Amino acid sequence: MTESEARETLLAALAEVAPETAGADVEGDVELTEQLDLDSMDFLSYITSVSERTGREIPELDYPRLRTLDDGVAYLVA
Amino acid sequence: MGDFRMPSLGADMTEGRLLEWRVRPGDTVARGDIVAVVDTSKAEIEIEIFEAGVIEELLVEEGTKVPVGTVLAHLQPLGEEARPVAPAPPPPAPASAAQAPPAPPPPPAAAPATSSPEPARAAGAARVRISPLARRAAAERGVDPAALAGSGPGGAITLTDVERAAPAAAAAPAAPAQAPAPTPAAAPAPRPALSTADEDRAAAMRQTIANLMARSKREIPHYYLGQHVDMTRAMEWLAAANAPRPPGERLLPAALLMKAVALACREHPALNGFFVDGAARPAEGVHLGVAIALRGGGLVAPAIHDADALDLDALMAGLRDLTRRARHGQLRGSEMTDPTITVTNLGDRGVETVYGVIYPPQVALVGFGRIVERPWARDGMLGAHPVVHATLAADHRAGDGHTGGLFLAAIDRRLQEPETL
Repeated sequence: MTESEARETLLAALAEVAPETAGADVEGDVELTEQLDLDSMDFLSYITSVSERTGREIPELDYPRLRTLDDGVAYLVA
Repeated sequence: MGDFRMPSLGADMTEGRLLEWRVRPGDTVARGDIVAVVDTSKAEIEIEIFEAGVIEELLVEEGTKVPVGTVLAHLQPLGEEARPVAPAPPPPAPASAAQAPPAPPPPPAAAPATSSPEPARAAGAARVRISPLARRAAAERGVDPAALAGSGPGGAITLTDVERAAPAAAAAPAAPAQAPAPTPAAAPAPRPALSTADEDRAAAMRQTIANLMARSKREIPHYYLGQHVDMTRAMEWLAAANAPRPPGERLLPAALLMKAVALACREHPALNGFFVDGAARPAEGVHLGVAIALRGGGLVAPAIHDADALDLDALMAGLRDLTRRARHGQLRGSEMTDPTITVTNLGDRGVETVYGVIYPPQVALVGFGRIVERPWARDGMLGAHPVVHATLAADHRAGDGHTGGLFLAAIDRRLQEPETL
């Protein structure tokens, strides 16, 4: 998976769990939960969507590695 | 003959706008079928019918705002219709142009004067079956739904149909994917609902919440209790339970907290129910209202039905589903009216303690703060434990603090035995 594919995947997952934020510019280095006002249910739905789109399992221990958009890109590319 | 009325979707609702009929005269409906979509000041809500039968007559046109209790449709109950001797009358012509909607009864004096009467829509306009999402998308893209062929159930126009008609961003406002003007007779009058800007809805929701919370604080003598709950066992159990699961099947701490509340309600039914006409009325089932903050502002508190009887997986699935539909504006009428007690998990990312305001006519609201690591003494030893502050706001007319204390203790006890939740 390339960086741009990873970014596209993460943004699509965000649009799915938080449709109200569609069209908002997502900063790469700010925590998503703060930036988009996601609660824990939204964040779990985000992880679920990313997992389903990529086939990656994403254990709970890895959640901190997906805190920002840039972190998530790095996690998926690695 | 049965009447289908504008339901009250919560104590805060005095009127609603009928956005869309999902049935036509002559349609047979079963208990629980969704027959209409109603716009309250809070959200678009799908309305179920609770009587089986055949729709005889639709009395209120789409786009009309009417007070709660207004008869929206006549229904032939199924029993009568089934009698072999009396053949069912031929279904009346659908929404005939001559059929003027009945004058709605005057709104109750208490109704907030937020709405002006709607201009009558052109009678005889072709009725379009279209989902709320699709309608919104059509409005945004300047697509006339009447010009589309629906691919959904019963020919309903779906979001996909709209997207097909106006692909991509449809940036050019003039792009006439569909010839706009030539058939004025068939074109529906512009729907008033479409003009309701998001700001209007936000303002209306603010007003609704203001009215309801003012009533709560005016009428309900709240008492407040709090208890810190050690979440060590619950969190360890949760981590172990989630480890082998794919993300889509994982549980959140909220599911455990909700289940503990539901079971405590079963032990202490005095806190699960309503205070109506000067008397406490405990409810039959435990329907947990879940406070969900909307990012546009405001909140809704739809119900998870019979939460005490659901296992954690089902409860978690219900929470996921409710949150998703609240975010997409697809809640159902029964979810809005049914909660017997409300839980707020405001502390999800923020505060450690929330003292709630009761949602009338309910008699109790349970609040959970953020789960935080704190020094905790147990068996003479001090350690760092995950701790949550559970609070109860309860109606003193319906019961006393002693019961409330036992109720919080029951929640604590349940959370110490997570495997039994």
